[in-house]
Amino acid sequence: MNLDSKTPSGEIHTAWDRHKEDLRLVSPANKRTYTVVVVGSGLAGASASASLAELGYKIHCLSFHDTPRRAHSIAAQGGINAAKNYQNDDDSVWRLFYDTVKGGDFRSREYNVYRLAQVSVNIIDQCVAQGIPFAREYGGFLANRSFGGALVSRTFYARGQTGQQLLLGAYQALSAQIAAGGVIMHNWTEMLDVVVEKGQARGVIIRDLRSGKISRLAADAVVLASGGYANVFYLSTNAKKCNVTSTYRAFKRGAGFANPCYTQIHPTCIPQSGEHQSKLTLMSESLRNDGRVWVPKEKGDRRPANSILEEERDYYLERIYPTFGNLVPRDVASRAAKRVCDEGRGIGPTKYGVYLDFASAIKRLGEDTIRDRYGNLFEMYERITGENPYKVPMRIYPASHYTMGGLWVDYNLMSTIKGMFVVGEANFSDHGANRLGASALMQGLADGYFVLPYTIGNYLRRVKAGFSKTEDACFAKTEEEVTRKITRLLAVKGDKPADHFHRKLGEIIWDYCGMSRSKEGLKTALEEIPELRKAFWEEVSVPGSADSFNPSLEYAGRVADFLEFGEIMVRDALEREESCGAHFRQEYSTEDSEAKRNDEDYSHVTVWEYAGDDRAPRCHLEHLEFSYILPSQRSYK
Amino acid sequence: MKIKLHIWRQKGPSAPGKFHLYEVDDVTDDMSFLEVLDVLNEKLVAKGEEPVAFDHDCREGICGSCGAIVNGQAHGPGSKTTLCQVHMRSFKDGDVLYIEPWRATAFSIIRDLVVDRSSFDRIIQAGGYISVRTGSAQDANNLPIGKPLADQAFDAAACIGCGACVAACPNAAAMLFASAKISHLGLLPQGQPERYIRVQEMVTTMDEEGFGSCSNHEECEAACPKDISVDFIARMNRDLLLSALLTRGKEDV
Repeated sequence: MNLDSKTPSGEIHTAWDRHKEDLRLVSPANKRTYTVVVVGSGLAGASASASLAELGYKIHCLSFHDTPRRAHSIAAQGGINAAKNYQNDDDSVWRLFYDTVKGGDFRSREYNVYRLAQVSVNIIDQCVAQGIPFAREYGGFLANRSFGGALVSRTFYARGQTGQQLLLGAYQALSAQIAAGGVIMHNWTEMLDVVVEKGQARGVIIRDLRSGKISRLAADAVVLASGGYANVFYLSTNAKKCNVTSTYRAFKRGAGFANPCYTQIHPTCIPQSGEHQSKLTLMSESLRNDGRVWVPKEKGDRRPANSILEEERDYYLERIYPTFGNLVPRDVASRAAKRVCDEGRGIGPTKYGVYLDFASAIKRLGEDTIRDRYGNLFEMYERITGENPYKVPMRIYPASHYTMGGLWVDYNLMSTIKGMFVVGEANFSDHGANRLGASALMQGLADGYFVLPYTIGNYLRRVKAGFSKTEDACFAKTEEEVTRKITRLLAVKGDKPADHFHRKLGEIIWDYCGMSRSKEGLKTALEEIPELRKAFWEEVSVPGSADSFNPSLEYAGRVADFLEFGEIMVRDALEREESCGAHFRQEYSTEDSEAKRNDEDYSHVTVWEYAGDDRAPRCHLEHLEFSYILPSQRSYK
Repeated sequence: MKIKLHIWRQKGPSAPGKFHLYEVDDVTDDMSFLEVLDVLNEKLVAKGEEPVAFDHDCREGICGSCGAIVNGQAHGPGSKTTLCQVHMRSFKDGDVLYIEPWRATAFSIIRDLVVDRSSFDRIIQAGGYISVRTGSAQDANNLPIGKPLADQAFDAAACIGCGACVAACPNAAAMLFASAKISHLGLLPQGQPERYIRVQEMVTTMDEEGFGSCSNHEECEAACPKDISVDFIARMNRDLLLSALLTRGKEDV
């Protein structure tokens, strides 16, 4: 597997500009002749589709929803980072770069992260021009707030609905291109496989979810923008339809999967309430600007929050991390919550919860200011829990939220399959072992608006437009394999819904490959997952037919992929014998229970290569170099 | 608690549909409405029967996928909420619920509770955007926008495109949906160059898609999970009238 990252060398500040100057261009007349398939219509997919179509390429954009505007980017609440320094607090591209590399616990590529910080400023300009209603000061200028892992205020936001507004901006740009004929939009369409011949992407096999019809789409390049795989945990903050199918099936066709064990557990989610729970709801990290996290000092203190006196409370984040306080990065905050709950000081019915208290902020700023900042989040909390957070503290607990791992890509965002690019959460590129808050929106839009539109031309220039034809044998072969898999799912005719297996898989992954991992636990998971997979293929019930609208069939296919992918994730966690960022191995911790990295042996990206259904995947390494920021023990104290 | 559900089942756009009665036991207060449908569906699938099709995704009230008429109310009981955010503590033991899809000429039924809302996309495609190329923007702070105006634009931009306004309207009008986008963009300085042509194109498309007209029932505002005000409809109508005076064909003047 060729892992040449094509990272530029030399001065990091000018690296991206120099790289762009070296990229080859496609002439305007020739752009019309190239076809690109974009899988997904979230921030990365919609922004890429719109920008590529503006350039003149012929775009097919796929969404499994009824409309591209439903993509899960819409649910991002808190904000988007940009190194604008509008607050005059000494922010800069360098500081955003520094915070992101450190936040990722020195497991990302310096040059990629630097580029991300550079283009972050263009994103805000672009979005304002599109009419995105960011929060503003009374003078009419843009407002900012603080997010975890940073000592400056660089997060732009649109109430608690930043993702929605950014996605609708990208959706509107996409809609303009659909109207202009530059993008052919395929709604209700799921990509079921990528067609690869001799290591090169030729197109995709798709299924129309309304009719069940399978068809072929040839392309000169394929772009995966299909999001992350946090739903491998079953319970997560991801939308129900988020899945690993596109990226996992591409993996089986030769795309390297990088760092699958890097999964982010978000510290502020509403705790689970019962066994029928279908998903967990995030409460934005921005709440930690004004909310204070605490648990009772005494174990097993069951009194209601408001009767616990000030001196009986342990504001443990402020106590342990006085510099960053409640705004420590997500991985640090999540593990701290788990530790106090494991000590028996957790609150709420399950005792796995901590308080996020706004009483002192309300006293300081007044209820109206808090309502203005977080009103919609407070309403959502009350709707779900039946409790009023203006009066009693919120109960929160960590939940699976985002995946830093993803398909390996080079500096041009191309995977190990030639001509297949991966953007947004689906790739592994910029966040290392932990993502800082408000960086996902930044990365998705950076890839789609400002990186891919430049780099894809460099590849297309080298291929002949229309070199793939749907009549080619590779299409027929891949289509047949897709059809066979569907037939196999329908033929099991067991008596258990796919949910049953997904839930069980989620339990295994959460217990053994969640916030805290050990060699022993991971080995147990490696035994249990194949057994569960076997049971799935013997007992799953998928009613209905292949040639109709059949949500049970769609879902069963996705669960089948999760059941295979989960094993790769566990293998990766087992292979990485260190703790870094969100990957915490019990065997490797500092005296005060923080992640203990091993830079000598693990300063690398682990990339997995598919080796056949009955064989363990092959493991490859891309070494990481740090020339600008010397790796150090992360400290937020 | 025990709940009786009369659910609309329909195989396809042109197939006949009817209510089927299902009972779900062991419903708890903490369950969301959609989780009750999950439980029902898991039971149906285990028996090899086809589950009730309903659209849903984020389950936190922002993606706009879910929605059904529950006992005559779009998105069920409670105001300013999507169906996924309705919890069973709003009901009591023995309640009988009638659950139907959005009903409107412009939304054909795909299956059971799932409807085709692509007409909304076509309204946006007709002009619900600001034509700006990627990469051609000036510095964001070169364009100050007063907070009250920015807030008002946000109130309109909060629309999630769920279609409850259409379902609640006796005329199945999409005025609230269209006016939300027209107002969001029309209020902001960035949206001025295309302001009048936008309202013309979007309203024309809305009519062509088969949506009805507004007769001031204001049911749309009552059903809207994002509390979008009917004032935006008035604003849209004013812009439409102005546009007749201020545009000549496709050219703004």
